[in-house]
Amino acid sequence: MIVELLQTLILLATAPLATGTVRSLKARMQGRTGPSVLQPYRDLVKLFHKSSVMSKDSSWISTITPYMCVAAVVTAALLLPVVYVGTFGLMGDLLLLIYLLAIMKFFTALAALDAGSTFGGMGSSREMFISSIVEPAMLLSIFAMALVAGTTALGGISLQVASTGLELVGPSLLLAAAAFFIAILAENARMPVDNPATHLELTMVHEAMMLEYSGKGLALMEYASMAKLLVFLTLMANMFFPWGIATSADPAALAVGLVAYLVKIGALLLAIAVIESSMAKMRLFRLPNLFTMAFILSLLAVVAYYVQGVA
Amino acid sequence: MISHMLFVSIILTSLAGAALAVMLDRRPSCLLVPYAAAALSSALAIIMSLTVLLGHEDFVLSLPTYVQRLGEFSLRVDNLSAYFLLVAAIVTMCVSAYSVGYLREYRGRYSLGRMGFLFNIFVLSLFMVFTAGNAVLFLIVWEIMSVSSYLLVMYEWRKEDSVSSGLLYLVMTHVGTAFIAAAFMLMWTQTGSFDFSSFAGIREMEEVSGSMRSAIFLLLLVGFGTKAGLVPLHIWLPRAHPAAPSNISALMSAIMVKTAVYMIVRCCFGFLGVTEVWWGLLVLLIACISALIGVLYAIVETDIKRVLAYSTVENMGIIFIGIGAAMVFQAFANEGPATSPYLGDIAALALVAALFHVMSHAMFKSLLFMGAGAVISSSHTRNIEEMGGIGRRMRYTGALFLVGALSISAIPPLNGFVGEWMLFQSLFLSQTIGDPMVNILIPAAVAALALTGAMAAACFVRLYGAVFLARPRSDHAGKAEEAPRLMLVAMLALAALCVLTGVMVTFIVPVVDDVSASLLGTSIASKMASGITLNIPGGFSYISPLALAAVFLLLLPLIYLAADRLGGPQRVVSGETWDCGTPLGPRNQYTATGHSQPLVRLFGQLVGVRTEVRETASSSPLIPERMTFRQGIEPVFERYLYEPVHRAAVALSNRIGWMQMGSVQAYLAYIFVTLLVLLVVFR
Repeated sequence: MIVELLQTLILLATAPLATGTVRSLKARMQGRTGPSVLQPYRDLVKLFHKSSVMSKDSSWISTITPYMCVAAVVTAALLLPVVYVGTFGLMGDLLLLIYLLAIMKFFTALAALDAGSTFGGMGSSREMFISSIVEPAMLLSIFAMALVAGTTALGGISLQVASTGLELVGPSLLLAAAAFFIAILAENARMPVDNPATHLELTMVHEAMMLEYSGKGLALMEYASMAKLLVFLTLMANMFFPWGIATSADPAALAVGLVAYLVKIGALLLAIAVIESSMAKMRLFRLPNLFTMAFILSLLAVVAYYVQGVA
Repeated sequence: MISHMLFVSIILTSLAGAALAVMLDRRPSCLLVPYAAAALSSALAIIMSLTVLLGHEDFVLSLPTYVQRLGEFSLRVDNLSAYFLLVAAIVTMCVSAYSVGYLREYRGRYSLGRMGFLFNIFVLSLFMVFTAGNAVLFLIVWEIMSVSSYLLVMYEWRKEDSVSSGLLYLVMTHVGTAFIAAAFMLMWTQTGSFDFSSFAGIREMEEVSGSMRSAIFLLLLVGFGTKAGLVPLHIWLPRAHPAAPSNISALMSAIMVKTAVYMIVRCCFGFLGVTEVWWGLLVLLIACISALIGVLYAIVETDIKRVLAYSTVENMGIIFIGIGAAMVFQAFANEGPATSPYLGDIAALALVAALFHVMSHAMFKSLLFMGAGAVISSSHTRNIEEMGGIGRRMRYTGALFLVGALSISAIPPLNGFVGEWMLFQSLFLSQTIGDPMVNILIPAAVAALALTGAMAAACFVRLYGAVFLARPRSDHAGKAEEAPRLMLVAMLALAALCVLTGVMVTFIVPVVDDVSASLLGTSIASKMASGITLNIPGGFSYISPLALAAVFLLLLPLIYLAADRLGGPQRVVSGETWDCGTPLGPRNQYTATGHSQPLVRLFGQLVGVRTEVRETASSSPLIPERMTFRQGIEPVFERYLYEPVHRAAVALSNRIGWMQMGSVQAYLAYIFVTLLVLLVVFR
C-alpha cells in the first residue's frame, strides 16, 4: 500500500523534472546551454505567486477546467505501475486510463472555446481533430497489447510481459510499441504533431488552448500536461518494456525497479529530444499520413499476433 | 395478479389521459392533466417492470381475440420486455414532466388537446410494442406507434419542413413494416401460429432450413433497420426527429428507435437462434458504417436537433456493433463446446454491453434533446451559429446539458463510458476465435468504434462550445432566459441517472445479465459483478466506476486547497479576452462550422460535403470585396439510392395507371375478380 502510494507520488513529483530534462537535452543538441532541468519547477512556483486574469466572456467551465485536468491526471497516475507492478488498480485498467486522460482533453478543448478567443477556437478545433484521428491507432495498439499479454489490467500486463521474458518480444509487441509511441507524441502535443515551444499564432495547438490562462490556472494546466507526458511515458515503458520492474515489494527488487525505470524513462526522453531536434513540425493536414502509418502499424501488430499464433 | 391489475391500470390511465386531453382542449389544465396521466402510467410501468425484473416471474395479460386464426392476443412481460419497458418508462416519466413546462410556448399556436391526446397514445403504444406477445397484435400496436409519431412529427403543421419530413417518415416506416410483416408471415408458415411463444420454437426446429432462417433474418434486418435508422435506411431519421417538438424528439430518439433493437434482439436470439456467422458479420459491418456516417454528419450539421438526430444514428451503430459481435460469438459458441467454452461468456458480455448502451443512450439522448428544446425555446433558433454564451444565461440548463455531453462522449465514470468499455472488452476477447475472417473484421470494428467515439467527443465539444460558451452570436441568444423549473427537474433526474447508472454499474449488470441470459442461456453476472468492481470474465480486466468517482471527487477539493495554499492568496482580475489589439465582437469567434473544418476536410469527401466559396472581386486581387461561404451535405443516399427507386416506382405506376379509370363499377369488378381468383387458388 505504501509502496503503491509512494511510487505515484514519485511520478507526480518528478513530472516537471521530465519536462525539464527534455528541454535541457534539446538545448544541448542544438548547441545551447539551456536552462537547468529544474527550471519547470521554478516556472510553476512563479506562476503560483502571480495574480490571474479571467476573461469576462468566460464561464464556470474555465474556472473548473484546471482542477478537472489535474484531478484526471492524478487519478490516472494512481492506476499506473511505476517501479512496482502493484497499483491502486482496483479502479480500472488500461482503457480506463486512456479515457481518464480524455477528460483532460475534453475540458481543455471546452475551456479553449469559453473565452471566445479565435486562438482558443483554433486550438480546440485542431486538438479534437488530432485526437480523433489518432484514436484508432491508440486503441488498436492497446488491442495488440491485450492479445499479447492476455489482459488489459495495467499491473497484469507489466507482470505478464516482465515475467514471461523474451519469448513475448515479437513483431506484434514491437509494432504496437511503435504505433503507441506515435500516439503518445500526438496526445502530448510534441513534435512533429505540435511544437510545445511555439507561441506562433498559426501553428500552435495545445498552447493556443491555454492562452487565456494565467497565474494559478496556468500553473495547474502546465503541471497537468507535464504529468500527462510522464504518465504516458511510464505507460509506454511499463507496458512494452517492463523488464526490471519490481514484481515483489522487497527493497532490493524495488531498487532495481527504480534504476530500470529511470533508465527507460531517460531513453524515452532522449528519443523525444532527438525527434524534436531533428524533425520539423508537420503541417496540420499532413498529420493524417502520420496517423495512418501508426494505424497500419498497429493493425499489423494485431495481424502479426494471429499469424504467429497460427504458425 | 397484482401485475395484471397494474397493466390494466396503465392502459386505462393512458387512455383516460388521451380522452381528457380531447375534452380539455382549450382550457389551461390541458397543459397539465394529460401529462400527469402519462407520468402516472409511466410510474406504474416502472413498478410493473421492476416486479418482473426482480421477481423473475413473467406474466401474461390476455386480450379478447375475435379471430382464432390470428392466435391469442396477449401482452407478455418477460425479462427482455421488462428491461426495455423500464428504460422506456423512466424516460417517458421525465419527458411527461418536461412537457408541462415546455409546451407553454405552443399555447395559442397549435392545439394542445391534440398534443395531449397523441402524447398519451404514443406512450401507450411504445409500452405495448415492448410487451406484445403476438405478431398480429405487434403489427397493430407498431402501426399505432408509427402513425401517432407521424402525427406528432406533423404537429407544427404550418411549417412546410415538418410536413415533408413527416411524409418521408410515413413512407419509410411503412416500407419497413412491410418487410417486418413479410418476415412474420414466413415464420407463420414454419410454425402455423402468430404467437411469439410459438415463434420461439423455431430455434429448436430442425426442419427449418438455413436459407429460410437467413431469409427471415434479412427481412427483419431491413424492416427493423429502417426503424433503427441504420445506414442506408436512416434518411428519415435526421429529418423526422428534429421536426417534431423537442419533447417528442426526445421520445423518438431515446425510445422509439430502441423498439427496433428490442425486436432484433428478440427475433435473432429468441426466435431464430443465431446459426450463421455471416449474420453477425453483416450486422457488424452495417453498424460500423452507421456509426461512422452518423457521427460524420453530426459533425457537419449546424442545426442543434439534427446534430442530436445524427448522433442517434451513430449510437444505434454502436448498439448494433454490440449486437453483431454477440451474434458472431454466439454463432461460434453454438457450433459446440469444441471451439471454446468461453465463447458463450463473450457473447453474453457483448449483448450485455449493447443492452447497457441501450439504457445509457435512452437517458443521455433524451436529456440532450430536452436541453436542446429548452435552449431553442429561449433563443428562438435551432441554428447553433446564432447561439453562443447561453451557458451564462441558462446556468442550470448548461450544466445539465454538459452531463449529457460528457456521457455521450464516453467520459468516465458516466454510463456512456461504461457501456463502451464493456463493448471494447468484448471485442478484445474475440481472440479466442480462430477464424481469420473474424480476426480481421473485429480489429476493424475496434478501430471504427475508437474513431467514432473520438469524433463524438469532438462533435459535442463543438456543440457545447457553440451553444453555451463564449459571446452570444445573435441578439436573441443574448436574451435567453433560464427554462421553467419543471423542465429543469426532469433534466436533473436524467442527468442524475446518467451518473448513477455509470457509477452503480455493478448493481445494474446482474439485471441486464438476467435479460441476456434469458436469450443466450449463459449467465455471467457472477463472473462480472463483485462488490463495486466490474470484472471481465476470465480475469481479463476489471473496472470500478464507483471507486474511481470517489477518488476523483476526493482529489478535486484536495487539489483546490493545495493550489489555494501554494503561493498564497491569489488576486483574480476580470479582463478582456486577448484580442491582439482589435476589440472582439461576436463575429471574431470560431464558429461551429469553423470548428469542424479539419475533420470535414479529411472525411468530408466520403459523406458528400460540398463547400462553396464565392468572392466578389475588388480593385485589389488579394482583398475581395465580399466573400460568401456555403457548406452543405449533398444528400448522397437520397440521390444515388432512393432517387432511382423512386423514379422506377413512378414509371411503373404510370404504366399501370390506366387501371384507375375512376368508375366505381370497374373497381367493384376488380374486387370480384380478385376474390374469385383467391378462392380458386386457396380453396
